[in-house]
Amino acid sequence: MTRRARALAGALGALCGLGLTTLQAAPSTEDAIAEYHAMFGDENPAELWQIRGEALWHEKRGPRHVDMSGCDLGLGAGVIAGAYAQLPRWFEDTQQVQDLETRLVTCMTTLQGLSREEVLKIKFGDGEKKSELEALTAYVVTAAKGAEIRLPMQHPAERAAYALGQGVFYYRAGPHDFACATCHGETGKRIRLQTLPKLTEPAGAQNAYTHWPAYRVSQGELRTMEWRLQDCFRQQRLPQLKFGSEVAIGLTMFLAKTAEGGVMAAPSIKR
Amino acid sequence: MSDPMRIRAVMLGDQVDVKILMSHVMETGQRKDAEGVVVPAHYIVKVTAQCNGRTVLSADWGASVAKNPYLSFRFKGAAKGDKLTVTWTDTLAGTRTDEATIS
Amino acid sequence: MTQSRRVFLHLAGSAGLSALALVAGLLPRWARAVDSRQAFEATAIPAALKALGLSDPKESAEIVFKAPDIAENGAVVPVEIESKLPHTRALAILVEKNPHVLSAEFALPDGTEPFVATRIKVAESSLIHAVVTTDAGVFYTTKLVKVTLGGCGG
Repeated sequence: MTRRARALAGALGALCGLGLTTLQAAPSTEDAIAEYHAMFGDENPAELWQIRGEALWHEKRGPRHVDMSGCDLGLGAGVIAGAYAQLPRWFEDTQQVQDLETRLVTCMTTLQGLSREEVLKIKFGDGEKKSELEALTAYVVTAAKGAEIRLPMQHPAERAAYALGQGVFYYRAGPHDFACATCHGETGKRIRLQTLPKLTEPAGAQNAYTHWPAYRVSQGELRTMEWRLQDCFRQQRLPQLKFGSEVAIGLTMFLAKTAEGGVMAAPSIKR
Repeated sequence: MSDPMRIRAVMLGDQVDVKILMSHVMETGQRKDAEGVVVPAHYIVKVTAQCNGRTVLSADWGASVAKNPYLSFRFKGAAKGDKLTVTWTDTLAGTRTDEATIS
Repeated sequence: MTQSRRVFLHLAGSAGLSALALVAGLLPRWARAVDSRQAFEATAIPAALKALGLSDPKESAEIVFKAPDIAENGAVVPVEIESKLPHTRALAILVEKNPHVLSAEFALPDGTEPFVATRIKVAESSLIHAVVTTDAGVFYTTKLVKVTLGGCGG
């Protein structure tokens, strides 16, 4: 990025939090961006993470020297197909509601004997610093392509996670007094050229949730839901959202439940 | 050890349609990290593709090819079952060769 | 004459029309003593073309150059070049506003289709030139790609 562009980005970044417009992007602009996305076709660099994740899933690793075939993501040991579309959910063995990423951590530590520090050392990759968690997430999510999101929420802890997520969604905090709802609670909002989906209704939630994780072009990395939520908190100037926290899982539960019935299309390509 | 390329080589009529995704940071040498330190240049400079003993593509790249590069090209004179070999070399003398069977 | 052609010719014209350059433009890429790596250092179009041994480029409607009108992010811009010109030997992508204008160069042996698709970085809204080398000379077409800064500061 040129210095001028960087300065402009900085200035706009400072302003963007204060002035949300209710204008629709001009049709030709939206069409042009759609054309930009269409030119990527099916060739998504996310596939590189998926391939790496598949290899990691089948590799005997850790002190216990086992692969991940014993990992239960909610549909039984080793069942990957469609699993992501039914997460987050309650797990008896950990007595917790878990999302995919924390469940992968559970499997890597309890089954393979890897330490938590090792597994969580690189949660989100950066160039040559590659994240195993990200790769495994990409692999499991790809296996849910075409699956319908279903969250029966039969367990009280699942319903509690939803309620927490919903509460946080509307909770205003930080120097800008932002809640998730500030940007994602109304139709017709956008930030610069990006339309902001209304996440509190099925259509908007489905549009968003079925397309994450995604290869984030601006970062050149595959980014997961935990990353996405953490980055939202950063953009709202809230304190850092802890990886795998009740709030992170609660928000994911709230979004996923609102997106129920939607068909998974992730990983996608995003700006 | 770099990640393997994902190579798709499919017969389309009498042409082989090749689509490749490469794993590479393609660092320009102009970017600064979070601490303000310049990230050194590290990018692919040469890509060659071989099939049935001949070169079917030779490319010279600069730093402005995108990270995790995508490359697609087409050639004739090969058939299903033949092997396509692709090699890249980068500014730090790193190199990677991967093979795919034409389907 | 379109504005882009006027600009491109003005910039490229300084490369000269010496007989040597003319002959050099007709030789196969691998036969010419050109230093491709030098070309990647060029910060302006004329220098890049000169380093590639290309001269007297002519605008051509026979080059199909696909690139988005607007790139949501300049880090990854898909581009596709297909040359309908006979005996196409090489394709090159030059981005006028990039710090180093030459993005990539592809040599096409016999049997390889005059087509390439890749993704490039575009620093800011810029004219992008698809330059095609054939046995009959050097041809180009140009497209303007606008680069936006999206979302909440990246």
